[in-house]
Amino acid sequence: MNQNRRILLKSTIVAGATGIAISAGLLTPKTVLAAWPKAAFEAKDANKALEASLGSSSTTTSGDIKLKAPDIAENGAVVPVTVTSKIANTESISIIVAENGTPLAATFNLGANTKGFISTRIKMGKTSDVTAVVKAGGKLYSTTKNVKVTIGGCGG
Amino acid sequence: MAKSSIKVRAKVKNGDAKVKCLISHPMETGLRKNKKTGKLIPAKFIQEVVCEHGGKTVMNAQWNATISKNPFLSFAFTGAKSGDMIKISWVDNTGKSDSTEAKMK
Repeated sequence: MNQNRRILLKSTIVAGATGIAISAGLLTPKTVLAAWPKAAFEAKDANKALEASLGSSSTTTSGDIKLKAPDIAENGAVVPVTVTSKIANTESISIIVAENGTPLAATFNLGANTKGFISTRIKMGKTSDVTAVVKAGGKLYSTTKNVKVTIGGCGG
Repeated sequence: MAKSSIKVRAKVKNGDAKVKCLISHPMETGLRKNKKTGKLIPAKFIQEVVCEHGGKTVMNAQWNATISKNPFLSFAFTGAKSGDMIKISWVDNTGKSDSTEAKMK
């Protein structure tokens, strides 16, 4: 009888502690969320998205950026994209899919020790140019590759 | 505790670290319709992924709904050693978040 009471007390303490941990974890995202550039990600035009996120839409084509993506993507819902930048002091890498409803797919802000390398998977509505934009020393560099999509990845 | 939604693999070779992570998340764009009801499925996608190593932010990614379902992400950085801890966390547009820590090999 007495022992049962101990167990009950213990389990309530554990449950209480996890509850506090969860609420503490929920407090941080609010400060992080403020940095998400809504205007850039909701822009319907690739140039406008670039202006909103990086401050300019004029990019220089560079051979130092390698964009690895399939020539033909059978499934538009999963298109693997790898960007490698050999430009010194690469600050950020952005991926733009020109024909998507919202062209800006992602921006990766890199730290001082981080290499100019990013690999991820994106969705593509239809055949489109995929552009990798690299920001380095306040300038924008880009490289583009056309990816053919057989089945679009944005419909249901 | 519930199982984390993030799987991390990090390897260090000569001070260079390569991190791969897989997050389990629906990445719903908000444009898809439920076939049975014809109603739009509300948007739910990860907006921000942050990776920290030794108290410093190594990489901070801002994502649109364009990123595929169950996102995969890989990146690399220098100045790491085997056994270091790495922390990855994400936040989605509904305010949900998760984070995990992993030891680098």
